[in-house]
Amino acid sequence: MSLKATDINVGDEHAEVIVNDLSRTQLVQYAGTSGDYNPLHTDELFAQEIGGYPTVFAHGMLTMGMTGKMLTNWVGDGRLKTFGLDFRTQVWPGDTLTATAIVSEIIEEDGEQVVKADVTTSNQNGQVVAIGYASARLD
Amino acid sequence: MAVEKFPVEAGHIMMFARSVGDANPIYADENYAKTTETGGIIAPPTFIQASSQYDPDASLRPKIGQKWFGSGAKPSGSNAPTEESLAGDAGGTSGGGTGLHGGQHYTYHRNMKPGDILTAVSKPGQRWEKESKRAGKLIFSESITEYSDQNGELVVTARSVGIQTERVVDQG
Repeated sequence: MSLKATDINVGDEHAEVIVNDLSRTQLVQYAGTSGDYNPLHTDELFAQEIGGYPTVFAHGMLTMGMTGKMLTNWVGDGRLKTFGLDFRTQVWPGDTLTATAIVSEIIEEDGEQVVKADVTTSNQNGQVVAIGYASARLD
Repeated sequence: MAVEKFPVEAGHIMMFARSVGDANPIYADENYAKTTETGGIIAPPTFIQASSQYDPDASLRPKIGQKWFGSGAKPSGSNAPTEESLAGDAGGTSGGGTGLHGGQHYTYHRNMKPGDILTAVSKPGQRWEKESKRAGKLIFSESITEYSDQNGELVVTARSVGIQTERVVDQG
């Protein structure tokens, strides 16, 4: 099911919890599928003693991948035209993240109705971990 | 990053979707996917990132027969990729600072699907510096990558922003 232009308005919000109590195993799993085996994400000794961080932390692209799930659940599969995020601060094991999209514009582009949205992903403390935008084709 | 051949495969898509916690059957169930608008399995929006699996020079993948910079019995770190080799990659550590992935931006020209054979060509984008309280001087560098299919049609354009920090990011 895809989103219909007639069903949304500027200012509408869609939010989802995209991960609850992020596990270290999920960081390993994402390393394996993405091919980003940076030890900062999976190797506690390295993250602490070489990296100088309190522990391992999530790949920015894992946060983006999970944020993408919120977007496709909302706009429908295969509907995205653009999707961009800036990573603001680290995501740690144990974090619970909520991704939110707020409709900023509904426009006509290349003969199609397109929704533009501001996208924010925040942790359990309300701290923004990633911020950006997406646009998608509407019915 | 340059990837000559990234074969998009159904099994890889399924595992990638699992790793981002996405249970949507469009990424795993061909029978279901056939009944939807896309007419078949497609890849999730950030799947293209997995092209690094097919980059022979990817610095963040252990190479058989080469020294890896992660820990064995002890933390190593001596073999960390340099800032230059990290352009377009997500992270890494060198010196006292850290290479971090600052942001990622995609423009989708069509959906990626199993059977696609993609080629990636990257070029450097802009480069700028900024002072930060939490990590000292930050050097931002962009990398623009165009992913095309076996017919030369553009599938995804990606802009990656890497940040090299002067020191480890202060967690205070």
